[in-house]
Amino acid sequence: MAKKNPAKAPAESKKVEELMTGTTVFNIPLPADLKTLKGMSPIVIKQPYHIDYIHSYGQDSPFFAGLSNGKLLGTKCGKCDYTYATPRLACTQCGRETKWVEIPQTGRVHTFTTCYFGGEEFLKETPFHLVLVEFDGVDTLFLSRLIGPAGPEDIRIGMKVKAKFRRNSQLKPTDVYFVPAE
Amino acid sequence: MVSGGVSKFAKARPDATFQKIVKESFDYAMNDVPKLKHSMIDGSVVSYFSDHFTRQLMAGIMATDYLGLCPKPNKRIEGGGATGGLCFQAGWEAVASGRMNVCAAFGFETMSHVPTWKGNEFIALASDVNFDYPVGGFYSGYYAMMVNRHMHEFGTTVEQLAMVSVKNHMNAYGNPYAQKRRKLTIADVRNSAMVAYPLTLLDICVMSDGAATCILADEETAFKLTDHPVKITGVGTGTDMMRMADRPHGEVILAPNEKKSDYRNLKYPGVHSFRAGRSAGLQAYKMAGITDPLKQIDFVELHDAYTSSEIQTYEDLALCKYGDGGKFVEAGYPFMPQIDYGMKLPMKGTLPVNPSGGLIACGHPVGATGLMQAVFAFWQIQGSIKKHYGNGELQLKKADRGLIHSHAGTGTYVTVSIMERGW
Ligand SMILES: [Zn+2]
Repeated sequence: MAKKNPAKAPAESKKVEELMTGTTVFNIPLPADLKTLKGMSPIVIKQPYHIDYIHSYGQDSPFFAGLSNGKLLGTKCGKCDYTYATPRLACTQCGRETKWVEIPQTGRVHTFTTCYFGGEEFLKETPFHLVLVEFDGVDTLFLSRLIGPAGPEDIRIGMKVKAKFRRNSQLKPTDVYFVPAE
Repeated sequence: MVSGGVSKFAKARPDATFQKIVKESFDYAMNDVPKLKHSMIDGSVVSYFSDHFTRQLMAGIMATDYLGLCPKPNKRIEGGGATGGLCFQAGWEAVASGRMNVCAAFGFETMSHVPTWKGNEFIALASDVNFDYPVGGFYSGYYAMMVNRHMHEFGTTVEQLAMVSVKNHMNAYGNPYAQKRRKLTIADVRNSAMVAYPLTLLDICVMSDGAATCILADEETAFKLTDHPVKITGVGTGTDMMRMADRPHGEVILAPNEKKSDYRNLKYPGVHSFRAGRSAGLQAYKMAGITDPLKQIDFVELHDAYTSSEIQTYEDLALCKYGDGGKFVEAGYPFMPQIDYGMKLPMKGTLPVNPSGGLIACGHPVGATGLMQAVFAFWQIQGSIKKHYGNGELQLKKADRGLIHSHAGTGTYVTVSIMERGW
């Protein structure tokens, strides 16, 4: 369950962390007098929930194939010339079907943050930097991780960055990440 | 609107299931208008954001049947953080269309059922799970990226953000329904744990268990039930693209009090502004006949899930120009005139924003939040704050017209409703 990094835990929490493990109970006592039941403490149980989804990337699949081959694929509208860094097969400006294009692998930091906490799935990876990257000739931005800078003080808006790819792709958008290019 | 009720928002309510928490807010609203008989309610709308938190599909009908409102019409309304605001407007639509004379709108969320970081994960699933969530899905991170761009574009400062936190926590001091009632300084906000740079723990709202109910009625019925109904004179709903990265960089949608020349070099909305908020605001203003919101509105209850989004929202609602949100709070406009905030302000507040304490201090049980704002605004306009809070500290002298604003995931859905003294 959620592991708080003790070095970064909020200063105000001067208490032992609650755990999601405990004792298995098969019976609890009940008073003979039913009139006292409204004063009973609530029963709180643990309810596990796990699912493996069969998830398809559908029409966006070529993007992930591109990442595993070291290419950033976006889409472009033949009519509006509008280019999407994160692909979408329908143009939001005119509704036409777009075509696949390769987008540049160097860009600039449009904005950024450093996450010291996160959703449970990513908590163990904190702190990490998120960036929205802007590219010349591309109309929309691209969300990615920035690897390298020690802290937010080492990142600035407008900073040049370049794409790097995982050698063993996981078919996730994190198969690409950015590093400083200056 | 003839009545409202709110359960006290708490970090956890293990003593009750969601149905009972909804019932508490519903009973409060019913008891406030004794002339309203249960049989007079023609139907209802119900809102909650996430099936994950309750691990229960169709929780809406379970709240509805607990209130004894079957077999009358009901439907669930959902739209992320704006769920409550959308539910309020759905209730208004049911009455305005003539389908119902009396409609109950209620909403809830029970977020304590999972640990905080699991809860953050659930909330992050309200971002594109193909392209955004896997990169490090975390809503505080998304808003932090937006405010960093706002700071870059306009020179907004972290101290200006902190002023919002100080203001809303201090306002909540007089509100017994609020979850966090604390007297803070700008330094306290900046020195609390960094969550997503530059947002700290005290720049961000907390998760809550809670419920709220609004009872809406047509004008004729409303005056039969109460001498002090509140009229809904404007509604607006805006939307924007889920992926922030996809938002356009075009021209500002101008408010009636703005000119094209105000924004010569600004690319809009980019990731610094909420186009949905502007769209919702302008629709509601047009319907209510508002052309100069700063002068024509007496108070605002807005969606301050982050201090930064409160500042961005001042601009979307045209309370000031785009880029001036930080200066707007620094100048003192959104403070309550009668409260001592422990800091020197250049002027007394003229347009109090979040007199209740907002989401930051009251809590944010998502499906209830937008309805909670409506209830607090309703009491403010009725002049009944003292009756409902047990003290009149937060009652504004002039509260004839209020604005409520509900907002979802980085500005994907935003609702704005204008409420006015109806008698
Ligand atoms: Zn097009």
